[in-house]
Amino acid sequence: MLSVCERSADMSTRLAKQGRLIDRTKQIVFTFNGRSMLGYPGDTLASALLANDQMLVGRSFKYHRPRGLVASGSEEPNALVGLGAGERFEPNQRATTTELFEGLAAQSQNHWPSLEFDVGILNSKLFSRVLTAGFYYKMFIHPKPFWKHVYEPFIRQSAGLGKAPDKELKDADTYEHFYFFADVVIVGGGVAGLQAAKTAAASGAKVLLMEQNAHWGGRAPVDGGTIDGMEAEAWVTKTLDELRAMENVTLRDRMMGAGVYDHGYLLGYERLTDHDPSKGGPRHRLWRIRTKQIITACGAIERPLSFAGNDVPGVMLASAMRDYVVNWGVTPGKRVVVATNNDDAYRTALILQKAGVEIACILDARRLGGGALAAEARAAGIRVEDGRAIAKVADGKRVTKVAICLQDGDGQSIEEIAADAVAMSGGWSPVVHLWSHCGGKLTWDDTQAHFRPDPTRAPISHDGKAFVVTAGTSSGPLELSAVLTDAAQAGATAAQGAGFPAQTADPASAETMPETPMEPVWLMPANADIQHRMKSWLDYQNDVKVSDVQLAAREGFESVEHTKRYTTLGMATDQGKLSNINGLAILADTLGSEIPQVGTTTFRPPYHPISMGAIGGEARGDVFQPLRKTPMYDWHDTNGADWEPVGHWRRPFTFLRDGETVQEAVNREVKNTRENLGLLDASTLGKLVVKGPDAGKFLDMMYTNMMSNLKIGKCRYGLMCSENGFLMDDGVVARVDDDTWLCHTTTGGADRIHAHMEEWLQTEWWDMQVYVANVTEQFAQIAVVGPNARKVLEKLGGMDVSKEALPFMEWRDGDIGGFKARAYRISFSGELSYEIAVAASEGQAFWDALMEAGKEFGVMPYGTEGLHILRAEKGFIMIGDETDGTVIPQDLGLNWALSKKKDDYLGKRAHLRSHMADPDRWKLVGLETVDGSVLPDGAYAVGNGVNGNGQKNTIGRVTSTYFSSNLNRGIAMGLVKQGPKRMGEVISFPGTDGKIYEAKIVDPVFYDKDGEKQNV
Amino acid sequence: MLILECPYCGVHAEETELQAGGEAHLKRFGPGSSDEDFHDYLFMRENPKGVHFERWRHVNGCGKWFHAARCTVTLEVFGTYTAQTGTPPQALLDEISTKRPGWTWREFTDASAPHAGAEDAS
Repeated sequence: MLSVCERSADMSTRLAKQGRLIDRTKQIVFTFNGRSMLGYPGDTLASALLANDQMLVGRSFKYHRPRGLVASGSEEPNALVGLGAGERFEPNQRATTTELFEGLAAQSQNHWPSLEFDVGILNSKLFSRVLTAGFYYKMFIHPKPFWKHVYEPFIRQSAGLGKAPDKELKDADTYEHFYFFADVVIVGGGVAGLQAAKTAAASGAKVLLMEQNAHWGGRAPVDGGTIDGMEAEAWVTKTLDELRAMENVTLRDRMMGAGVYDHGYLLGYERLTDHDPSKGGPRHRLWRIRTKQIITACGAIERPLSFAGNDVPGVMLASAMRDYVVNWGVTPGKRVVVATNNDDAYRTALILQKAGVEIACILDARRLGGGALAAEARAAGIRVEDGRAIAKVADGKRVTKVAICLQDGDGQSIEEIAADAVAMSGGWSPVVHLWSHCGGKLTWDDTQAHFRPDPTRAPISHDGKAFVVTAGTSSGPLELSAVLTDAAQAGATAAQGAGFPAQTADPASAETMPETPMEPVWLMPANADIQHRMKSWLDYQNDVKVSDVQLAAREGFESVEHTKRYTTLGMATDQGKLSNINGLAILADTLGSEIPQVGTTTFRPPYHPISMGAIGGEARGDVFQPLRKTPMYDWHDTNGADWEPVGHWRRPFTFLRDGETVQEAVNREVKNTRENLGLLDASTLGKLVVKGPDAGKFLDMMYTNMMSNLKIGKCRYGLMCSENGFLMDDGVVARVDDDTWLCHTTTGGADRIHAHMEEWLQTEWWDMQVYVANVTEQFAQIAVVGPNARKVLEKLGGMDVSKEALPFMEWRDGDIGGFKARAYRISFSGELSYEIAVAASEGQAFWDALMEAGKEFGVMPYGTEGLHILRAEKGFIMIGDETDGTVIPQDLGLNWALSKKKDDYLGKRAHLRSHMADPDRWKLVGLETVDGSVLPDGAYAVGNGVNGNGQKNTIGRVTSTYFSSNLNRGIAMGLVKQGPKRMGEVISFPGTDGKIYEAKIVDPVFYDKDGEKQNV
Repeated sequence: MLILECPYCGVHAEETELQAGGEAHLKRFGPGSSDEDFHDYLFMRENPKGVHFERWRHVNGCGKWFHAARCTVTLEVFGTYTAQTGTPPQALLDEISTKRPGWTWREFTDASAPHAGAEDAS
């Protein structure tokens, strides 16, 4: 016999009394989807929305089902909103952890065109049979052409939670990092955390206690019970006062323990101004903490029950419902059904009833029902039904009626009850995340039906000892006096672990109502049919249902990690805080296995999403990373430098003059250097001094060439290979004196090659007596290049720079124009060229002197692009262009630089490996387009035939390509299969622009093949 | 983030100060070596679940390379020692034997373990 009793005024509302966290003397105005609403200081956005009867807070991700608040804390899966606007817009913020402030503006997510009316709800009706577990994998494989035009647009439109901030805008807030060291850090400021902190601090240890919420005490002030003979809240206040008075204790609220990492590293995420943006200062602070011991006192999270319609707005965790009543004085409904498998949910019924909310019925799934709390409920006149379950909550934008059935049955409705809210409790799971982050193992507790930390398998620190201890409900116990005893023990254990004398202070004594054991209920009712299971949600945020996990198990996804990925269970931003255990239980049941055998998925930091701003901290904009500047940086900047990042350096790409394009400026510089005089700031080139009795022997191992026989005063171009034989750097080496060499490296290579040398010296040839010093920044180095190079130096006066006194590939110390200088006669352009090093402090003055004296010789500075073109015209290779970590000297025609006299050098053995000697290797050639145009950079040459994927075979690629203003045509270098044997052949390079570029294979030296210009 | 004590400067260096350098105690094979030896030297590495010997450099500190003996499962550090040696110090090997009886890593092994160096009696 069905009895339906109709009621009208379904609504969530503010109660006349209650609300220990709110201040009713002041009102706050905020908006939700543009609608103005009122709240109180102390409200969260969630409690304020409930007070305004805004039960519907969002649409679900896949089916766009209407969703309401389920929880009251950070585990909330549904109430994700976009907060703020413009430069301060942030998606996916939890309404339950967002403290209300004047002017707060929130928007709901995942709906179109509006929250109230959403077109996507059709997904639920039309596609719910299709959008099952693994539907991406099944749907989007065939036919292939559908991917680009049908599947991809569909997925892109429906994928992602919330809306990304405008990419053109920069976050207007600031963030910072903070370093902290402690002996014991306690995460969680509930009664367990407070007790543990008190015990640990009494030992004298330096203690940090953090609480993620704005208020202390956790659940105890809501759940009741007395501690040391006083109300929980009074005990919390007293204990806080005691801790605040201790010099060795630091307390921080609004700070979450985000992650536990190796050897006592802990991240704390402090939210400084989210609750009051008018405050100014950094918004979030990331605490980078090193501690000897960590106590996790993170409490437990209540589990939902899996019944049909458990996602209808108004269905809420029982504990959350009493939080809303006690903490904020709001009720989600006027007539509530409570469904439970444990005694704790009776507290919700009793608290609600006391607050004037009608309890329609308590459905206790246990056949024999509850204990003392159940008796109290009955005595209070509440209807309590044992062995009963929810068959179904009717679909809609909020709860209207609840069908009741036997828990042991298949969902046959025996009664329908009108109600506007449902409180559910499936038992409690300890928050084990931080325990597990760094390897702490779990054990299954049959009595409580939950995983709890196994203290015998704790995370291990550097000394092989445990460094994480759990306290309170995080350890497993739920009853208050057991919680406090466990917490005091945890405080003592941690203090001892940190090296402080054991202080087993008496834990506070507590009194609560005794409880009858819970009974696991993984499906409600136990034998629910498919129609019910298809409406029983496990993961609200990712829309995963009981039927999805069962399907995955049937399809062979037996490992919990596979099922997780196949169904996306627990993969949303809440990381399955509510869904994981329920999902595991369904999987275990379907597999006919036990839950502990199925195990859990891996818990990874952060516990709760933290802002990208906090991760970045101060490192953004100009201080993102250090900028290296040469001594002439400012001159370049005021003389038109078009900056190019080269490692951490900034180098002028070219110097722009009035109205010039970059290409015009480059053409001008290149031409002028060949015809008159160019100056290049070469200060960034690496300069390593290698000194000691064995320096020559050492360099013979480092370079492929012989360096030990280099004469003092002479220079030699050298190649460096890795032990694998690949070219890693090049540069000119100068012999300074008997036991000193100066090695030039590439700009990007200075630190890397310095480290490379140190590594071999320290770890392989530690008997060699050699020092390496990186003196790159000690010198300003200027390349004076062009037919007039000698003239300008002679005009400045000083040392003899004539052909006879300073021949090509030699160097001299001396005086130039009054500057103490070292002049190298080396050339990377093929021109008459001197590279002159002066002290860094004199770099700008020397540059000025050269510019002044060079006026009559047509001096112009040139940038890195000019440098590149000048070297490419000469066929000189560039590390990083012609090399990519797979290229050997032989590929580049540099066999002449591989010493045959030496028994050994790095790379020598590797060059004998079969693939290195393969005649089909791609080798360096010059490339000239048939029509004189510029080849696209990185383009591949195609040959005959196709590969296994039906793509044309490639036979080479472009490594450097430029327009040469001296030759008035495009020039390029490339690596081509058997290239040097194919001179004159024309090969094709398909461009990404759809054109085919035809280029002739030529000698890579395009300009002054005989080197007459540099030997003058 | 690991903390390793630099055996040169004594600093308890955090991982951000350190550079990982892969497996320790590699024997270099150069010209004259067989293809197989050279291949193994370049590419073959231990990947143990348990005791491991590694190279680290105190790169944002004193700049020195050193060796660390570490458990890859628990992250316990058995000790650090100079890079200028072909074998770990005996005291360290003994300590590892105490903590991980029966351990073995390449040619290093628990000398006290019953199977170590035992002749096959059959």
